[in-house]
Amino acid sequence: MSLLEVENIVVDLPTPRGMLRAVDGVNLTLDAGRTLGVVGESGSGKTMLSRAILQLLPRRAKLSGAIRFDGQDMTRIAPETLRKLRAKSVAVVFQDPMTSLNPVLTIGSQLTETMREHLGVPQSEAILRGVALLAEVGIPSPEQRMGNYPHQLSGGMRQRVAIAIALSCAPKLLIADEPTTALDVTVQAQILDLLAREQRSRHMAMMLITHDLGVVAGRTDEVAVMYAGRVVERAPTRELFHHMRMPYTAALMAALPKLDAPPHTRLPAIGGRPPDPINPPPGCSFAPRCFYADAACDKAKPPLSAPDRMAHQFACIRPLPVKVAA
Amino acid sequence: MAVAKPTGPLFWCALSWIGIIVVAAIVAGVLPIPSPTDMDIFARRKGPTLAHLLGTDSLGRDVLARLIYGARISLSVGLLAPVIGLGIGGALGLLAGYFRGRFEIFVTGGVDVVLAFPPLILAMAVTAFLGQSIVNLTLVLGFLGIPAFTRVARAATLTFSAREFVTAARALGAGHARIILKELLPNVALPLGAFFLLGVAVTIVVEGALSFLGLGVPPPAPSWGVMIGEGRESLEMAPALAFLPAMVLFLTVLSFNLVGDTLRALTDPRQGAL
Repeated sequence: MSLLEVENIVVDLPTPRGMLRAVDGVNLTLDAGRTLGVVGESGSGKTMLSRAILQLLPRRAKLSGAIRFDGQDMTRIAPETLRKLRAKSVAVVFQDPMTSLNPVLTIGSQLTETMREHLGVPQSEAILRGVALLAEVGIPSPEQRMGNYPHQLSGGMRQRVAIAIALSCAPKLLIADEPTTALDVTVQAQILDLLAREQRSRHMAMMLITHDLGVVAGRTDEVAVMYAGRVVERAPTRELFHHMRMPYTAALMAALPKLDAPPHTRLPAIGGRPPDPINPPPGCSFAPRCFYADAACDKAKPPLSAPDRMAHQFACIRPLPVKVAA
Repeated sequence: MAVAKPTGPLFWCALSWIGIIVVAAIVAGVLPIPSPTDMDIFARRKGPTLAHLLGTDSLGRDVLARLIYGARISLSVGLLAPVIGLGIGGALGLLAGYFRGRFEIFVTGGVDVVLAFPPLILAMAVTAFLGQSIVNLTLVLGFLGIPAFTRVARAATLTFSAREFVTAARALGAGHARIILKELLPNVALPLGAFFLLGVAVTIVVEGALSFLGLGVPPPAPSWGVMIGEGRESLEMAPALAFLPAMVLFLTVLSFNLVGDTLRALTDPRQGAL
């Protein structure tokens, strides 16, 4: 049994124009100690997927499907059980550490609060553990930092604090929702390495959500690429980067700036825009922007399947050819 | 923490003035001043003398003593009434902003009803049915303050509820009570606290206005509003009788506003973020 099993979940958000389908039939599994990268552009539903897993969707959102965590269906358990499950088993790190920390409470009180509440640790012990956690996430002179407020720390430091808070109750699953998007490029790598280190040493499962394929490369075991609310390609990370089958993934990859490209090279951006999520087209949602699409692509949504290799699934009827190793 | 403090001499003047007024009001009983209600019909509207440092009013009562005892009433009404507004309005606004839904509609609707009711009519109705007393006056002013505090609290709660630290707390298993008390309240307390001092200033003015109209503090108890009202009758002969309490009222309200603004700037950690 996997730690996390997401089965055919659909998230609908009511908008003035009608129902917006943010997540459209996503299936995922994540085993303990493994890392899954979820990649997609803005509005592809990756954040809504993570909120659905945590049962933190906006109040009026409608969710269907099953989300089993440790065998328990998160969508069906009582609120109190859910609260305890969240407290002990899952944690999140958000994009912007400026808003994910409470501006008027000290680092120390935010860090010790959860431990005292959920682990029943006395205050003195919680402070010791908090200092140890801050040291672990690489914050210099952690004793003094305990008394600081968030605004007294730099962005990278704040994100380290947010990670320390997330780790304070030893979660089994850590969801990192664009953890480095708001940070400096130099700090990004440090934070990602910190997350990877903690994930390995604590044997946590981690879901790393990002819009940047470069972030998941080398730091995840498996990657799921999302487009318009659906997973369009899913494969072990190495396999995905070597043999992209879905034209969308290849286009995302091509849009990454390359260091060895000559100056003033135009980036091959993906033309057009994602489909309207309120009135989605009947066929493949990427077809209007796809270089390889033909009439057949507009007829029906291709299912996510693995025709050639086990574990490499993609949703495309005109996949890129498998590159033959030279 | 090294933050440049926006505390100029003006702030310290204002704080000292509030300090003097508060201390004088507290120790009024042991100060070497005449009783504020003892009349001396033969020494009416006298200028400053050794016995009466600020002179006497039209009934021969000591003006300084009445100012000091008036501070007692004006300050206790001015502080207690906003406490009622802060407690009830703050809680309602916080809960409405956090839980939303039907409760919020009910609260905002109720607030609009209270705001639509003319305050003077309410004060007159309460005075007519329950009698004129300082307690009733405080209750009326406190009740009238609830809508403003509710709105401030609700607006601040709406802003902070949408911030990610609230989502993060929920993701870490925090219940409603903990999110409201530990995450939201410390944030909402800042604008509410600043608004409280403003509320004190407004309440002192309104109490003065009601007492001036004879709807506030019952005579012979002195309050600044009562004194201005009584002084009005002899404005030509002794303008100081209305001018002195008006001056004290003005300085006190100005001081509360100044201190409120400065404290808000000082205690707002978000300002340091820039």
